[in-house]
Amino acid sequence: MLGRGLLGLYLSVLVLLPVAALLAKSGSGGLDAFWREVTGPEAQAAIKLTLATSAIVVVINAFFGTLIAWVLVRDEFPGKRYVNALIDLPFALPTIVAGVVLLALYGKNSPVGIDVAFTRASIVLALLFVTLPFVVRSVQPVLIELDRSMEEAAASLGAGPLTVLRRIVLPTLTPAIVSGVALSFARAVGEYGSLVLITGNLPFKTEVGSVYVFGQIQNEDLPAAAAVSVVLLIVALAVLGALTLVSRWRSKHVL
Amino acid sequence: MSFSKLGLRTVALGYLALLLVAPVAMIFYRTFEHGLAPVWEAITEPNAIHAFWLSIEIVAIAVPLNTIFGIGMALLLERGRFRGKVLLGLLVDLPFAISPVVVGLALVLVYGKTGWFGGWLTEHGIQVIFSVPGIVIATAVVSLPFVARETTPVLRELGTDAEQAAATLGASTWQTFWKITLPAIRWGVVYGVVLTTARALGEFGAVSVVSGRIEGQTQTLPLYVQGQFENFDITGAYAAAVVLALLALGTLLAMNILTRRTRGRTTV
Repeated sequence: MLGRGLLGLYLSVLVLLPVAALLAKSGSGGLDAFWREVTGPEAQAAIKLTLATSAIVVVINAFFGTLIAWVLVRDEFPGKRYVNALIDLPFALPTIVAGVVLLALYGKNSPVGIDVAFTRASIVLALLFVTLPFVVRSVQPVLIELDRSMEEAAASLGAGPLTVLRRIVLPTLTPAIVSGVALSFARAVGEYGSLVLITGNLPFKTEVGSVYVFGQIQNEDLPAAAAVSVVLLIVALAVLGALTLVSRWRSKHVL
Repeated sequence: MSFSKLGLRTVALGYLALLLVAPVAMIFYRTFEHGLAPVWEAITEPNAIHAFWLSIEIVAIAVPLNTIFGIGMALLLERGRFRGKVLLGLLVDLPFAISPVVVGLALVLVYGKTGWFGGWLTEHGIQVIFSVPGIVIATAVVSLPFVARETTPVLRELGTDAEQAAATLGASTWQTFWKITLPAIRWGVVYGVVLTTARALGEFGAVSVVSGRIEGQTQTLPLYVQGQFENFDITGAYAAAVVLALLALGTLLAMNILTRRTRGRTTV
């Protein structure tokens, strides 16, 4: 009983009270004030930019993540173990270091002549870096379990590689890809550390939602910061909630 | 067939090389370009050393707290029977859905000067925001879910047979936990601890909001990287970033050794 009380206290201090305070702050001026904050020109631009860049990033992730998972499972080449281990690097590397690292190669003094610093492309690049593992790691185990006899049967019946991919492999992988995409999207929407140096935080140009929130905290405009925070939170929760519901529905109805 | 296989391999590895390997290799090259001496000088600078020890201090407090409470939450989620269990699960996972900056803001709204507890805290002379306790709390929030998440599936797989047998033979709850449950789930816990430590060491957004980023006082190592970068001390920023990157590579190594130990389980 004492244990449960302590756990409840810990969660309250760390999560429950802060989230409650955030919601209270965002709603303190009523719904009208909340709406005015999130539809202000700068806030709106930041939210739209966040959603657009996150959407681009998850589409690229869906493609390359699945491809990388396929190569890691179905291909054999020397050093594959190390490549596999490397996939988790973005989860282990501090986000600010991710930003510095990308700037070193793709920033102002780029040795390869590519300078994306302070452009919208830099947002996509940084988000691709930090969300890389999600799709790979959710597709990989499914590919390992996938029964190859189906593909062989299809091929022996005259299906070409593309038909096998489209009719057999991709439908089986779709739930895993969707799950990886949802996790990437939720992460991308809230990302801050890797963006702060490389994007230059230019309002209306490279300022995403989390950066806008940070700026408003610095300006001590807490209601504005809280309102946009709640939007980011709702987007992430909606995506993750939809994922949970879909996977629950699938486990009940498909198997 | 083998031709297309080679093509796919090239595209996949090329993508990883351009996105991950080349940038990380580049920073190591740039850091050590002029030898070891400037790097050593940069990381032994007083503010750098202070930032390093502050980061260690934060990890030393936040990680044990999250380990103990993480195991407790996993036990409650997996073995407990009570109303509101779904809500508890949601609360435990919530920090992963919140932007780190938003975590920082939420903490300011509770523990800051104008926050819910601000008046009470000031009256009692306790400063949370813009000081070490705030950084500890922010770090604990963002790294909260790992131990619980890694331990829960191991507990489920373990089942309750051995625990029930121990209880039947007269073991107390604590004895059962220490002698039966904990040894069985230890690798799951350790894996969670590794992830917690990596996240705690590298946390930036939430700490950036609550710390006030005061040089030599509330500047953790990731904040120091940003600070030096913005002050155009590229050598200092790179050197500190390399220290953090090496710690991350160590984490990666530990994760791989542990995944092999707990083979059969898929982990994020």
